[in-house]
Amino acid sequence: MNRDYRITNFVKIKNHKIYKGREQIFSEERSEDLNSFLKNAYSSFNMSYPKFYKMDSLCKLGTIATEVLLKGRKIHPETALVFSNSASSLETDKIHQNSMGKGVSPSVFVYTLPNIISGEISIKYGLQSENAFFISKTFDSGLIHNYTEILLDLNKAGEVVCGWIELKNDRYDVFLCLISNEGEISFSKENLEELYLFKDE
Amino acid sequence: MTNVYLLDDAIISPLGFSTTENLTAIKNGISGLKLHNNSLFDSGGFYAGIIEKSTIDKASAEIGDLSSFTKLEKMMILAVQKVLSQNEDLDLSKTELIISTTKGNIDLLQENPGFPDKRVHLTELAKVIKDFFQFSREPLVISNACVSGGLALAVAKRYIQAKKVENVLVVGGDVVSDFVVSGFQSFHAISDQPCKPFSHNRTGINLGEAAAAVLMTSKKPLKPINIEITGDASANDANHISGPSRTGEGLFKSVKNALNEAGVTAKDIDYISAHGTGTVFNDEMEAVAFTRSSLQDVPLNSYKAYYGHTLGASALVESILTKHALLNDELYPSLNYEGSGVTQPVNVITELQKKPLKHALKTASGFGGCNLALVFKKQEDE
Amino acid sequence: MSDLRAELKKSIIEQLNLEELEVKDISNEEPLFGDGLGLDSIDALELIVLLEKDYGIKLTEPQQGKEIFVSIDKMANYIEANRTK
Repeated sequence: MNRDYRITNFVKIKNHKIYKGREQIFSEERSEDLNSFLKNAYSSFNMSYPKFYKMDSLCKLGTIATEVLLKGRKIHPETALVFSNSASSLETDKIHQNSMGKGVSPSVFVYTLPNIISGEISIKYGLQSENAFFISKTFDSGLIHNYTEILLDLNKAGEVVCGWIELKNDRYDVFLCLISNEGEISFSKENLEELYLFKDE
Repeated sequence: MTNVYLLDDAIISPLGFSTTENLTAIKNGISGLKLHNNSLFDSGGFYAGIIEKSTIDKASAEIGDLSSFTKLEKMMILAVQKVLSQNEDLDLSKTELIISTTKGNIDLLQENPGFPDKRVHLTELAKVIKDFFQFSREPLVISNACVSGGLALAVAKRYIQAKKVENVLVVGGDVVSDFVVSGFQSFHAISDQPCKPFSHNRTGINLGEAAAAVLMTSKKPLKPINIEITGDASANDANHISGPSRTGEGLFKSVKNALNEAGVTAKDIDYISAHGTGTVFNDEMEAVAFTRSSLQDVPLNSYKAYYGHTLGASALVESILTKHALLNDELYPSLNYEGSGVTQPVNVITELQKKPLKHALKTASGFGGCNLALVFKKQEDE
Repeated sequence: MSDLRAELKKSIIEQLNLEELEVKDISNEEPLFGDGLGLDSIDALELIVLLEKDYGIKLTEPQQGKEIFVSIDKMANYIEANRTK
């Protein structure tokens, strides 16, 4: 047990910028609007995945982040998805709540669960793997490190995409990592914490 | 590998405020589903398993002044209190608290009688439970749709087996809210009658509310007969975010992996506690997955016609009932079953039976394409 | 093209977030589900909502949708025969 796991790659989405590793790969300074930021990012990555437009913003964020992380990679079929955030699906919950009495939309309601993002990503990459969605007040590197390591140690997963996908009042903060045996950065709570806090300045 | 034992448990539901009361009701064929008024329905109401406010308040009064807590918080506190009162020497500093809920205090979005807005956050719900009982560790909160309660048990087992912690207290709960009712209604998924899982005349789900708690440990209890969780797995269908897979792929895979881990095969399984929501597509998907797993002859039930679908509590409540089925060597009937309405053979339990049981399988599936399977084993000292 | 058919295409694109499509991309005859537009079960439920909101037609059974949401032509015919607004 406790084999040598690595942070193979990571992606961050925050403040109109997208980073793959430490490198900024997209920025959209002009637009303050989350929707157009997401749409422009989608276009710039040539994703060609019309389902994207049907998703709520939380799932769009997760889908773009995973695309950055996994694009061009041979994906391990047992890549587990371990996600967390603080607000759960609250943004979409509010939309659903406000529609009550005026005609509820099934395509909104279905997104009132945070783990729908795991479903969307599983569909996109054909992953019939382990999923878990945790809620914590802030990014909890200990939780993500512990649970990811457990899945790998217990052979419940071959690789893991894990991290934080938060959306609250149109403010977003995404940090996802791919954990496997490849790469230079060793998979530790401290390294997760440092990469999460990393800013390109 | 470390063994994982289930210790004391509690179920808070319309059927009673202890596991014993719930089991007695089930044995007597009593359902918690009643017709409730609700203006969202043209018919004026719907069947659901709702706990009367007065019943909650009366039970809460026995532990102290719980007036500053929401209904869900009171239910969860009552469940945890029951378990802790049977384990007064439990070292809370060595006990992880895992909370499972699908929507938590979501009813506060609609009507908020004096609670701060942030109370709707699941982290606040977790803080309330943590602080009330003075747990020292930060609770883990799992919100993974309708498999949450079962996934919480799987996560607990994994934490114990990876030696991250010695004991875990899992608590799960959800309430019936207009938020969820209106959503499932937009899916045309809610039946206007009591639900009839696996039955040819089934017309959809009922919603319900419940909280449940169970203590898990790596230390072998002193009792001569114990229940262990020996296998667990989850798998995504990778098919659709709301529709069950027609091939039952994710459930099939979950069952396969859980049986493998438990070191048993389909013929060792004596009983299945299915998800059995009572929708056309869910029950069909399960029947397909069970047949693919060679489990079609194993006695099976759904508890949904007793409770309704209690979301993040359901798989936890049903796992606790499964534990007691094994301990009591009893198979509990699947209420409202009136003949098969699925294309694959299913051996639905229609009356209370006494039968020696050793291994049981619990499954659950939910939105987002998630599926979960747990294997329970009765361990008897020689 | 009749106004109702054009109107339907426009609201389907909007309601179902088919952003990469335009009205001219949808023919009156092609299947809406499966190989045609590739709509799914949530879209079908959303179309039921659209019938009620825009045309005052209430379907009680989602199954009914299967016969109506075949193509734009079929939908338009059904709406013309049953609309209350």
